[in-house]
Amino acid sequence: MSALLQASRVTFQRQGEDVFEATDLTLNAGQATVILGPNGSGKTTLLRLLAGILKPASGTLERSARTAFLGHLPALKGELTCRENLDFLARFHGAGTLNSSKALARVGLAGLGLRPARALSAGQKRRLGLAGLLVSPRPIWLLDEPYASLDDAGCRLVDTLLEGHLADGGTVALSTHQHKPQLAQGFQTLQVSPARRAEVA
Amino acid sequence: MSAMLALLLRDLRLAIRHGGESLMPLVFLFAVIILVPLGVGPGPNLLAAIAPGMIWVAALLASLLALENLFRPDHEDGTLEQWWLGHLPVTGLVISRLLSHWLVTGVPVILFAPLAAQMLYLPPQSLSVLMISLLIGTPILSLIGGLAAALTLGTNRGSVLLPILVFPLVVPVLIFATGAVAAAADDLPVRANLGLMLALLVLAITLVPLAATAALRLNIE
Repeated sequence: MSALLQASRVTFQRQGEDVFEATDLTLNAGQATVILGPNGSGKTTLLRLLAGILKPASGTLERSARTAFLGHLPALKGELTCRENLDFLARFHGAGTLNSSKALARVGLAGLGLRPARALSAGQKRRLGLAGLLVSPRPIWLLDEPYASLDDAGCRLVDTLLEGHLADGGTVALSTHQHKPQLAQGFQTLQVSPARRAEVA
Repeated sequence: MSAMLALLLRDLRLAIRHGGESLMPLVFLFAVIILVPLGVGPGPNLLAAIAPGMIWVAALLASLLALENLFRPDHEDGTLEQWWLGHLPVTGLVISRLLSHWLVTGVPVILFAPLAAQMLYLPPQSLSVLMISLLIGTPILSLIGGLAAALTLGTNRGSVLLPILVFPLVVPVLIFATGAVAAAADDLPVRANLGLMLALLVLAITLVPLAATAALRLNIE
Protein backbone atom coordinates (compact mmCIF):
# COMPACT_ATOMS: atom_id res chain seq x y z
CA MET A 1 0.00 0.00 0.00
CA SER A 2 1.32 3.42 -0.88
CA ALA A 3 1.02 6.32 1.54
CA LEU A 4 -0.76 9.31 0.01
CA LEU A 5 -0.41 11.46 3.09
CA GLN A 6 2.02 11.13 5.94
CA ALA A 7 1.94 13.26 9.07
CA SER A 8 4.40 12.78 11.89
CA ARG A 9 4.27 14.52 15.26
CA VAL A 10 2.15 17.39 13.88
CA THR A 11 0.85 20.00 16.29
CA PHE A 12 -1.01 23.23 15.90
CA GLN A 13 -0.91 26.17 18.25
CA ARG A 14 -3.57 28.71 18.99
CA GLN A 15 -2.51 31.67 21.13
CA GLY A 16 0.71 29.90 21.99
CA GLU A 17 -0.98 26.72 23.28
CA ASP A 18 -1.14 23.36 21.57
CA VAL A 19 -4.64 22.48 20.38
CA PHE A 20 -4.10 18.70 20.48
CA GLU A 21 -1.33 16.26 21.38
CA ALA A 22 1.29 15.67 18.69
CA THR A 23 -0.32 13.32 16.17
CA ASP A 24 1.01 10.70 13.78
CA LEU A 25 -1.14 9.66 10.85
CA THR A 26 -0.59 7.82 7.60
CA LEU A 27 -3.28 7.71 4.93
CA ASN A 28 -2.74 4.75 2.60
CA ALA A 29 -4.36 4.26 -0.76
CA GLY A 30 -7.57 2.25 -0.39
CA GLN A 31 -7.79 2.81 3.35
CA ALA A 32 -10.23 4.90 5.37
CA THR A 33 -9.45 6.62 8.65
CA VAL A 34 -12.05 7.76 11.13
CA ILE A 35 -11.00 10.55 13.46
CA LEU A 36 -12.71 10.37 16.83
CA GLY A 37 -12.69 12.70 19.78
CA PRO A 38 -15.06 14.72 21.97
CA ASN A 39 -16.29 18.18 20.96
CA GLY A 40 -13.52 20.73 20.98
CA SER A 41 -10.75 18.14 20.86
CA GLY A 42 -9.42 19.55 17.59
CA LYS A 43 -10.80 17.15 14.96
CA THR A 44 -11.65 19.97 12.58
CA THR A 45 -8.34 21.70 13.23
CA LEU A 46 -6.49 18.45 12.48
CA LEU A 47 -8.37 17.98 9.20
CA ARG A 48 -7.71 21.58 8.14
CA LEU A 49 -4.07 21.02 9.02
CA LEU A 50 -3.91 17.86 6.89
CA ALA A 51 -5.63 19.75 4.04
CA GLY A 52 -2.93 22.44 4.09
CA ILE A 53 -5.30 25.24 5.05
CA LEU A 54 -3.42 25.61 8.33
CA LYS A 55 0.32 25.26 8.78
CA PRO A 56 1.57 22.90 11.50
CA ALA A 57 3.44 24.53 14.39
CA SER A 58 5.80 21.56 14.50
CA GLY A 59 6.16 18.14 12.90
CA THR A 60 6.20 17.21 9.23
CA LEU A 61 3.42 16.73 6.75
CA GLU A 62 3.83 15.18 3.31
CA ARG A 63 1.11 14.90 0.72
CA SER A 64 1.78 13.04 -2.51
CA ALA A 65 -1.59 13.65 -4.19
CA ARG A 66 -4.24 16.32 -4.69
CA THR A 67 -6.47 16.91 -1.70
CA ALA A 68 -10.15 17.71 -1.26
CA PHE A 69 -11.55 19.14 1.96
CA LEU A 70 -15.24 19.27 2.84
CA GLY A 71 -15.86 21.26 5.99
CA HIS A 72 -18.80 22.56 8.01
CA LEU A 73 -19.26 25.38 5.54
CA PRO A 74 -20.77 24.30 2.22
CA ALA A 75 -18.16 26.13 0.07
CA LEU A 76 -20.89 26.77 -2.50
CA LYS A 77 -22.12 29.99 -4.06
CA GLY A 78 -25.84 30.31 -3.34
CA GLU A 79 -26.42 32.60 -6.32
CA LEU A 80 -25.11 30.02 -8.76
CA THR A 81 -27.09 26.98 -9.83
CA CYS A 82 -26.03 23.50 -8.69
CA ARG A 83 -24.55 22.76 -12.09
CA GLU A 84 -22.65 26.06 -12.25
CA ASN A 85 -21.16 25.34 -8.82
CA LEU A 86 -19.95 21.92 -9.97
CA ASP A 87 -18.72 23.23 -13.32
CA PHE A 88 -16.67 25.82 -11.45
CA LEU A 89 -15.11 23.15 -9.20
CA ALA A 90 -14.26 21.00 -12.23
CA ARG A 91 -12.55 23.95 -13.93
CA PHE A 92 -10.86 25.14 -10.74
CA HIS A 93 -9.45 21.77 -9.64
CA GLY A 94 -9.20 20.09 -13.04
CA ALA A 95 -12.00 18.08 -14.62
CA GLY A 96 -12.34 14.33 -14.18
CA THR A 97 -14.33 11.68 -15.99
CA LEU A 98 -17.62 12.46 -14.28
CA ASN A 99 -19.43 15.56 -15.55
CA SER A 100 -21.71 17.74 -13.44
CA SER A 101 -25.01 16.13 -14.44
CA LYS A 102 -23.72 12.63 -13.72
CA ALA A 103 -22.26 13.77 -10.39
CA LEU A 104 -25.63 15.28 -9.44
CA ALA A 105 -27.35 12.03 -10.35
CA ARG A 106 -24.86 10.05 -8.24
CA VAL A 107 -25.74 12.04 -5.10
CA GLY A 108 -29.48 11.92 -5.73
CA LEU A 109 -29.92 15.46 -7.00
CA ALA A 110 -30.76 14.56 -10.60
CA GLY A 111 -33.00 17.19 -12.17
CA LEU A 112 -31.96 19.95 -9.75
CA GLY A 113 -29.06 21.17 -11.93
CA LEU A 114 -30.70 24.50 -12.71
CA ARG A 115 -31.81 25.27 -9.16
CA PRO A 116 -29.81 27.96 -7.32
CA ALA A 117 -27.77 26.37 -4.54
CA ARG A 118 -29.30 28.68 -1.92
CA ALA A 119 -32.72 27.12 -2.62
CA LEU A 120 -31.51 23.69 -1.46
CA SER A 121 -32.18 22.26 2.00
CA ALA A 122 -29.29 21.67 4.42
CA GLY A 123 -29.15 17.97 3.52
CA GLN A 124 -29.27 18.71 -0.21
CA LYS A 125 -26.43 21.21 0.21
CA ARG A 126 -24.36 18.46 1.86
CA ARG A 127 -25.16 16.21 -1.11
CA LEU A 128 -24.10 18.95 -3.53
CA GLY A 129 -20.87 19.30 -1.56
CA LEU A 130 -20.31 15.54 -2.00
CA ALA A 131 -20.97 15.89 -5.73
CA GLY A 132 -18.18 18.46 -5.73
CA LEU A 133 -15.78 15.71 -4.64
CA LEU A 134 -16.75 13.64 -7.66
CA VAL A 135 -16.28 16.16 -10.48
CA SER A 136 -12.50 16.46 -10.15
CA PRO A 137 -10.16 13.58 -9.37
CA ARG A 138 -8.51 14.21 -6.01
CA PRO A 139 -7.22 11.06 -4.30
CA ILE A 140 -7.12 12.41 -0.73
CA TRP A 141 -10.54 13.19 0.76
CA LEU A 142 -10.69 14.97 4.11
CA LEU A 143 -14.28 15.15 5.32
CA ASP A 144 -15.39 16.99 8.43
CA GLU A 145 -18.61 15.46 9.77
CA PRO A 146 -19.81 14.20 6.37
CA TYR A 147 -22.91 12.60 7.94
CA ALA A 148 -24.18 15.84 9.49
CA SER A 149 -27.72 16.84 8.40
CA LEU A 150 -28.08 13.77 6.16
CA ASP A 151 -30.99 11.32 6.38
CA ASP A 152 -30.46 7.53 6.52
CA ALA A 153 -30.37 7.29 2.74
CA GLY A 154 -27.86 10.15 2.69
CA CYS A 155 -25.60 8.35 5.20
CA ARG A 156 -25.72 5.20 3.05
CA LEU A 157 -24.89 7.38 0.04
CA VAL A 158 -21.77 8.70 1.81
CA ASP A 159 -20.71 5.12 2.60
CA THR A 160 -21.24 4.10 -1.05
CA LEU A 161 -19.23 7.07 -2.33
CA LEU A 162 -16.45 6.31 0.15
CA GLU A 163 -16.31 2.65 -0.90
CA GLY A 164 -16.12 3.66 -4.56
CA HIS A 165 -13.39 6.18 -3.83
CA LEU A 166 -11.32 3.64 -1.84
CA ALA A 167 -11.75 1.04 -4.58
CA ASP A 168 -10.37 3.59 -7.07
CA GLY A 169 -7.17 3.83 -5.01
CA GLY A 170 -8.13 6.94 -3.08
CA THR A 171 -7.94 7.52 0.64
CA VAL A 172 -10.22 9.25 3.07
CA ALA A 173 -10.02 10.68 6.57
CA LEU A 174 -13.27 11.74 8.18
CA SER A 175 -14.38 12.99 11.54
CA THR A 176 -17.66 11.90 13.03
CA HIS A 177 -19.25 11.43 16.38
CA GLN A 178 -22.68 9.97 15.78
CA HIS A 179 -22.76 7.74 12.70
CA LYS A 180 -19.88 5.31 12.11
CA PRO A 181 -19.16 4.51 8.48
CA GLN A 182 -20.06 0.99 7.31
CA LEU A 183 -17.45 0.18 4.70
CA ALA A 184 -16.63 -3.10 2.98
CA GLN A 185 -12.97 -2.15 3.32
CA GLY A 186 -13.18 -1.38 7.06
CA PHE A 187 -11.32 1.54 8.56
CA GLN A 188 -8.66 2.51 11.07
CA THR A 189 -9.45 4.95 13.84
CA LEU A 190 -7.48 7.82 15.25
CA GLN A 191 -8.31 9.25 18.65
CA VAL A 192 -7.56 12.95 18.94
CA SER A 193 -6.83 14.02 22.47
CA PRO A 194 -6.86 17.63 23.54
CA ALA A 195 -3.51 18.91 24.70
CA ARG A 196 -3.09 19.05 28.45
CA ARG A 197 -3.22 22.66 29.54
CA ALA A 198 -0.38 23.82 31.74
CA GLU A 199 -1.88 24.47 35.15
CA VAL A 200 -1.14 27.84 36.63
CA ALA A 201 0.06 27.38 40.19
CA MET B 1 -3.71 29.51 -15.14
CA SER B 2 -7.02 27.72 -15.75
CA ALA B 3 -7.86 28.01 -12.04
CA MET B 4 -7.28 31.79 -12.18
CA LEU B 5 -9.47 32.05 -15.26
CA ALA B 6 -12.16 29.87 -13.68
CA LEU B 7 -12.23 32.10 -10.59
CA LEU B 8 -12.29 35.28 -12.69
CA LEU B 9 -15.18 34.04 -14.84
CA ARG B 10 -17.16 32.90 -11.79
CA ASP B 11 -16.60 36.27 -10.07
CA LEU B 12 -17.81 38.15 -13.14
CA ARG B 13 -20.83 35.86 -13.41
CA LEU B 14 -21.65 36.56 -9.75
CA ALA B 15 -21.19 40.30 -10.37
CA ILE B 16 -23.68 40.16 -13.26
CA ARG B 17 -26.11 38.14 -11.15
CA HIS B 18 -25.83 40.75 -8.39
CA GLY B 19 -26.66 43.38 -11.03
CA GLY B 20 -27.76 46.23 -8.81
CA GLU B 21 -24.87 45.87 -6.40
CA SER B 22 -22.37 45.87 -9.25
CA LEU B 23 -23.82 49.07 -10.73
CA MET B 24 -23.34 50.91 -7.42
CA PRO B 25 -19.93 52.43 -8.27
CA LEU B 26 -21.29 53.92 -11.48
CA VAL B 27 -24.49 55.18 -9.82
CA PHE B 28 -22.33 56.67 -7.07
CA LEU B 29 -20.09 58.45 -9.61
CA PHE B 30 -23.03 60.05 -11.35
CA ALA B 31 -24.77 60.93 -8.09
CA VAL B 32 -21.71 62.98 -7.14
CA ILE B 33 -21.37 64.51 -10.61
CA ILE B 34 -25.02 65.56 -10.64
CA LEU B 35 -25.43 66.61 -7.01
CA VAL B 36 -22.30 68.69 -6.46
CA PRO B 37 -23.15 71.24 -9.22
CA LEU B 38 -26.58 71.64 -7.61
CA GLY B 39 -24.81 72.43 -4.35
CA VAL B 40 -22.02 74.74 -5.54
CA GLY B 41 -23.81 76.37 -8.47
CA PRO B 42 -23.66 75.51 -12.17
CA GLY B 43 -20.99 78.10 -13.26
CA PRO B 44 -18.77 76.52 -15.97
CA ASN B 45 -15.56 78.09 -14.63
CA LEU B 46 -16.05 76.82 -11.12
CA LEU B 47 -17.09 73.34 -12.29
CA ALA B 48 -14.16 73.07 -14.72
CA ALA B 49 -11.80 73.90 -11.85
CA ILE B 50 -13.18 71.26 -9.50
CA ALA B 51 -13.96 68.61 -12.15
CA PRO B 52 -10.72 66.55 -11.86
CA GLY B 53 -10.99 66.42 -8.08
CA MET B 54 -14.68 65.49 -8.16
CA ILE B 55 -14.29 62.70 -10.70
CA TRP B 56 -11.31 61.29 -8.84
CA VAL B 57 -12.86 61.48 -5.37
CA ALA B 58 -15.98 59.80 -6.76
CA ALA B 59 -13.85 57.06 -8.37
CA LEU B 60 -11.98 56.56 -5.09
CA LEU B 61 -15.10 56.28 -2.95
CA ALA B 62 -16.78 54.07 -5.54
CA SER B 63 -13.91 51.59 -5.37
CA LEU B 64 -14.18 51.62 -1.56
CA LEU B 65 -17.89 50.67 -1.75
CA ALA B 66 -17.27 47.18 -3.07
CA LEU B 67 -14.28 46.36 -0.85
CA GLU B 68 -16.37 44.88 1.94
CA ASN B 69 -17.46 42.15 -0.48
CA LEU B 70 -14.02 41.39 -1.90
CA PHE B 71 -13.11 38.46 0.38
CA ARG B 72 -15.81 38.42 3.08
CA PRO B 73 -18.57 36.42 1.32
CA ASP B 74 -15.99 33.79 0.33
CA HIS B 75 -14.73 33.68 3.91
CA GLU B 76 -18.26 33.20 5.25
CA ASP B 77 -19.37 30.45 2.85
CA GLY B 78 -16.09 28.52 3.05
CA THR B 79 -14.98 29.00 -0.55
CA LEU B 80 -11.98 31.07 0.58
CA GLU B 81 -10.31 28.22 2.51
CA GLN B 82 -10.66 26.07 -0.63
CA TRP B 83 -8.11 28.41 -2.27
CA TRP B 84 -5.40 26.61 -0.30
CA LEU B 85 -6.41 23.29 -1.87
CA GLY B 86 -6.03 24.40 -5.47
CA HIS B 87 -2.97 23.50 -7.49
CA LEU B 88 -2.10 27.17 -7.86
CA PRO B 89 -0.34 29.39 -5.31
CA VAL B 90 -2.96 31.47 -3.47
CA THR B 91 -1.24 34.65 -4.68
CA GLY B 92 -2.43 33.86 -8.20
CA LEU B 93 -6.02 33.63 -6.98
CA VAL B 94 -5.62 36.91 -5.07
CA ILE B 95 -4.44 38.56 -8.31
CA SER B 96 -7.45 37.11 -10.13
CA ARG B 97 -9.84 38.41 -7.47
CA LEU B 98 -8.28 41.90 -7.53
CA LEU B 99 -8.53 41.93 -11.32
CA SER B 100 -12.24 41.17 -11.14
CA HIS B 101 -12.70 43.95 -8.55
CA TRP B 102 -11.03 46.38 -10.97
CA LEU B 103 -13.10 45.15 -13.92
CA VAL B 104 -16.32 45.69 -11.95
CA THR B 105 -15.53 48.96 -10.13
CA GLY B 106 -12.71 50.62 -12.07
CA VAL B 107 -13.47 49.96 -15.72
CA PRO B 108 -17.06 51.32 -15.74
CA VAL B 109 -15.81 54.53 -14.11
CA ILE B 110 -13.11 54.86 -16.80
CA LEU B 111 -15.62 54.21 -19.59
CA PHE B 112 -18.08 56.81 -18.32
CA ALA B 113 -15.46 59.40 -17.31
CA PRO B 114 -15.68 61.26 -20.68
CA LEU B 115 -19.40 61.77 -20.11
CA ALA B 116 -18.81 62.97 -16.55
CA ALA B 117 -16.04 65.30 -17.81
CA GLN B 118 -18.40 66.75 -20.41
CA MET B 119 -21.07 67.37 -17.78
CA LEU B 120 -18.54 69.33 -15.68
CA TYR B 121 -17.08 71.44 -18.53
CA LEU B 122 -13.63 69.88 -18.13
CA PRO B 123 -11.33 71.55 -20.70
CA PRO B 124 -11.09 69.21 -23.72
CA GLN B 125 -7.27 69.18 -23.66
CA SER B 126 -7.25 67.57 -20.18
CA LEU B 127 -9.64 64.76 -21.06
CA SER B 128 -6.92 62.44 -22.37
CA VAL B 129 -4.81 63.02 -19.26
CA LEU B 130 -7.84 62.33 -17.06
CA MET B 131 -8.37 59.05 -18.89
CA ILE B 132 -4.70 58.04 -18.56
CA SER B 133 -4.69 58.96 -14.86
CA LEU B 134 -7.80 56.82 -14.28
CA LEU B 135 -6.30 53.97 -16.29
CA ILE B 136 -3.16 53.98 -14.10
CA GLY B 137 -4.85 55.01 -10.87
CA THR B 138 -7.95 52.81 -10.56
CA PRO B 139 -5.91 49.56 -10.47
CA ILE B 140 -3.88 51.10 -7.61
CA LEU B 141 -7.14 51.77 -5.76
CA SER B 142 -8.23 48.14 -6.24
CA LEU B 143 -4.85 46.82 -5.09
CA ILE B 144 -4.53 48.97 -1.96
CA GLY B 145 -8.19 48.40 -1.13
CA GLY B 146 -7.68 44.66 -1.58
CA LEU B 147 -4.83 44.65 0.91
CA ALA B 148 -6.96 46.53 3.45
CA ALA B 149 -9.89 44.15 2.84
CA ALA B 150 -7.64 41.13 3.42
CA LEU B 151 -6.24 42.64 6.62
CA THR B 152 -9.66 43.50 8.05
CA LEU B 153 -11.30 40.17 7.16
CA GLY B 154 -11.31 39.11 10.80
CA THR B 155 -13.13 42.24 11.99
CA ASN B 156 -16.87 42.84 11.97
CA ARG B 157 -18.68 43.77 8.80
CA GLY B 158 -18.79 47.52 8.22
CA SER B 159 -15.70 48.07 10.30
CA VAL B 160 -14.31 51.64 10.23
CA LEU B 161 -10.85 50.13 10.10
CA LEU B 162 -11.14 49.51 6.35
CA PRO B 163 -11.50 53.16 5.19
CA ILE B 164 -9.02 54.30 7.85
CA LEU B 165 -6.42 51.89 6.41
CA VAL B 166 -7.16 52.81 2.80
CA PHE B 167 -7.32 56.61 2.91
CA PRO B 168 -3.71 57.48 3.87
CA LEU B 169 -2.40 55.04 1.26
CA VAL B 170 -4.47 56.40 -1.62
CA VAL B 171 -3.86 60.10 -0.88
CA PRO B 172 -0.72 60.20 -3.09
CA VAL B 173 -2.69 58.69 -5.99
CA LEU B 174 -5.36 61.36 -5.63
CA ILE B 175 -2.81 64.18 -5.43
CA PHE B 176 -0.74 63.09 -8.44
CA ALA B 177 -3.80 62.30 -10.55
CA THR B 178 -5.69 65.54 -9.98
CA GLY B 179 -2.39 67.44 -10.25
CA ALA B 180 -1.81 65.93 -13.68
CA VAL B 181 -5.31 66.75 -14.94
CA ALA B 182 -5.12 70.33 -13.61
CA ALA B 183 -1.68 70.79 -15.19
CA ALA B 184 -3.00 69.54 -18.54
CA ALA B 185 -5.76 72.17 -18.40
CA ASP B 186 -3.03 74.86 -18.18
CA ASP B 187 -0.94 73.17 -20.92
CA LEU B 188 1.78 72.34 -18.38
CA PRO B 189 3.83 69.09 -18.51
CA VAL B 190 2.15 66.10 -16.87
CA ARG B 191 4.84 63.44 -17.25
CA ALA B 192 6.21 63.77 -13.71
CA ASN B 193 2.81 63.21 -12.10
CA LEU B 194 1.86 60.31 -14.34
CA GLY B 195 5.35 58.80 -13.95
CA LEU B 196 5.00 58.84 -10.17
CA MET B 197 1.60 57.19 -10.48
CA LEU B 198 3.08 54.49 -12.69
CA ALA B 199 5.76 53.93 -10.06
CA LEU B 200 3.06 53.53 -7.41
CA LEU B 201 1.23 51.07 -9.66
CA VAL B 202 4.37 48.96 -10.15
CA LEU B 203 5.04 49.01 -6.41
CA ALA B 204 1.45 47.99 -5.61
CA ILE B 205 1.35 45.22 -8.24
CA THR B 206 4.60 43.79 -6.88
CA LEU B 207 3.85 43.91 -3.16
CA VAL B 208 0.09 43.79 -2.64
CA PRO B 209 -0.68 40.24 -3.88
CA LEU B 210 1.99 38.79 -1.59
CA ALA B 211 0.98 40.89 1.40
CA ALA B 212 -2.73 40.19 0.86
CA THR B 213 -2.05 36.45 0.67
CA ALA B 214 -0.24 36.58 4.01
CA ALA B 215 -3.09 38.62 5.54
CA LEU B 216 -5.72 36.14 4.29
CA ARG B 217 -3.77 33.24 5.74
CA LEU B 218 -3.64 34.96 9.15
CA ASN B 219 -7.40 35.53 9.08
CA ILE B 220 -8.19 31.97 7.96
CA GLU B 221 -6.50 30.66 11.10
